[in-house]
Amino acid sequence: MVVILDRVSFRINGTPILTDVSAVVPTGAVTGLLGPNGAGKSTLLRLIAGLETPDAGGVELDGAPVGGARTRAGSGLSRRETARRVALLEQNAAPSVDLTVREVVLLGRIPHRSRVLGSFGGDDDHRVAEESLAMVGGTDLADRAWRTLSGGEQQRAQIARALAQRPSLLLLDEPNNHLDVSAQLGLLGQVRGLCAGAASSSGSGPRSDDRAGLTAIMALHDLNLAAAFCDQILLLHHGRLVAAGTPDEVLAPSAIAEVYGVDCDVIPHPRGGHPVIVFSPSAFIPGFPPSRETEVTQQGRGSR
Amino acid sequence: MNRVELQQEERTAAQRRRVAGRARYLAWLALSVLSLLLTAGLAVTIGPADVSLTDVAASLAAHLGLPGAAEVAPLTDSIVWQLRLPRVLTAAAVGAGLALSGAVMQSVTRNPLADPYLLGLSSGASLGAVCVIILGVAVALPAAAFLGALAALVATLSIARVGGTITPGRAVLSGLAIAQLGGAATSFIIFWAAKGDSYREILNWLLGSLAGSSWSSVVISGTALVLVGAGIVLSATRLDAFTFGDTAAATLGINVNRTRWILLGAVALMTGAMVAVSGAIGFVGLILPHLVRGLSGPGHRRLLPLTVVLGALFLIVADTLARTVFDPRELPVGIITALIGVPVFIVLIKSRKAAAWS
Repeated sequence: MVVILDRVSFRINGTPILTDVSAVVPTGAVTGLLGPNGAGKSTLLRLIAGLETPDAGGVELDGAPVGGARTRAGSGLSRRETARRVALLEQNAAPSVDLTVREVVLLGRIPHRSRVLGSFGGDDDHRVAEESLAMVGGTDLADRAWRTLSGGEQQRAQIARALAQRPSLLLLDEPNNHLDVSAQLGLLGQVRGLCAGAASSSGSGPRSDDRAGLTAIMALHDLNLAAAFCDQILLLHHGRLVAAGTPDEVLAPSAIAEVYGVDCDVIPHPRGGHPVIVFSPSAFIPGFPPSRETEVTQQGRGSR
Repeated sequence: MNRVELQQEERTAAQRRRVAGRARYLAWLALSVLSLLLTAGLAVTIGPADVSLTDVAASLAAHLGLPGAAEVAPLTDSIVWQLRLPRVLTAAAVGAGLALSGAVMQSVTRNPLADPYLLGLSSGASLGAVCVIILGVAVALPAAAFLGALAALVATLSIARVGGTITPGRAVLSGLAIAQLGGAATSFIIFWAAKGDSYREILNWLLGSLAGSSWSSVVISGTALVLVGAGIVLSATRLDAFTFGDTAAATLGINVNRTRWILLGAVALMTGAMVAVSGAIGFVGLILPHLVRGLSGPGHRRLLPLTVVLGALFLIVADTLARTVFDPRELPVGIITALIGVPVFIVLIKSRKAAAWS
């Protein structure tokens, strides 16, 4: 799915949260949404999912504007239509529900069910739920109680629930929160695999034929994971898009110093070649040599 | 056996388990409906005057104009048709309505302690009803009770709302305050208007009583149960969507605010109708949904119908005890529901499942 953000602006009680954000996310790409706390990452994801309406500008999914219920133009996507195309995993979803994993995954079928008498948990829904669980390698989790899962297993089950919506676009808000290193790598690898799989074998798998190609946008804090797993990076700062491009293009020490206010060096990964960001505590430990590039930026800032 | 065959095997096994689960649920539902019918019939036979099940059947057949109805003594017939049957039917409708209201409130507010009594709806409805009955305010009784319940709901939720969010703890605390205020106002009005046995009347409104049931109470509570209850049962899928909270519901295509307010409005309407005929009966809405979840699982398509049936059954039993244990004196039925409800509630709190409540 192609996602187009067209000069999106959003305010809460007069405070600008996002200002004039424009970007294009191509089909099958894994896009990392980076920026410090409060940069507007979660809000942007909510806008793309149609949970909020921009004050100015708009979001288009494969050419259709999100938010048909509000525009009343008839051309936009309603909540339900959006829910069949876009799945959002929010941060820290409720950990304590009395359901089995299978029941949790089945919740993802709700947008596809008739509102009134749709067969809840019909064989079709169960088949999709099982396929979704299999796609995240969670077939053996199906009958476990949700509350007994580890953090990593819960996140995998959540992704399976999202996949049961049969989305073309997967939005993840800091999916790595509270996960250990191997679970973090596993999760992002899974997301990458889902997108790549969709790109190579479009049409097969649980997505319907007319909307082939899973695309993912995820808000991340870890720059190194973003550099390793994302095709494209969008860097937000104070609600504005300050850089967009491949990890190589975006993750330069000057940009990181500008946005995060930290000193770092960027070196190529010894095996993968993608950028690796090495943070330096030069601002906090006297005598620690600062990197040359950020020294320049910080001097420039000081003289302003 | 290769991988594909193994997967196929697993899939059919899972399917078989599903079919078995559905059969088990349907068996529970059928058993509950049967017990409800039997209990209702037996409850009509219990009381100071001797009435047999055959008398009940004969009286019913005669009034419904069924062919081949046996003769019943006129006195027995009027005890069955004018006194006990309306009371049992009212108890069934009120129990079902309160239990269903509790289930909806617990899901929509994601608060396991939500129930019409605890969040003040019942006492608001009592106040509305008492205004009509004692002060002679010119509004239809159920309408006044509905307005009272709605006002209490809005008051509770706006007190609990701090900075745009409502936590379960705050909702219960503000509900408690509203319930106390509604109860005090109800008591004051009855006391002030003091005619005859005002203390008994106060108790009946605050603790609930089905002593005044007539065919008009059957009509009021039954209509509310059928119309509002049907709408709620058909919203089961939407209620499921609230499992992981508001944002998750919204991403599943639900209009969260509209759905929540429509459902809570429906609950206020139903509570109003039930309290108008019975006063504020506690614990039915709180306990029943939790007990039923143990049988049906948390999915609302299964939870809601069973809650209706068992809620009706529970209140028939409680009311029959209320009118027979201290015969010829009658207890407010709220005392019985509390006596049964509190121990059950304690067991629930102590059980493993309560870990999810914190």
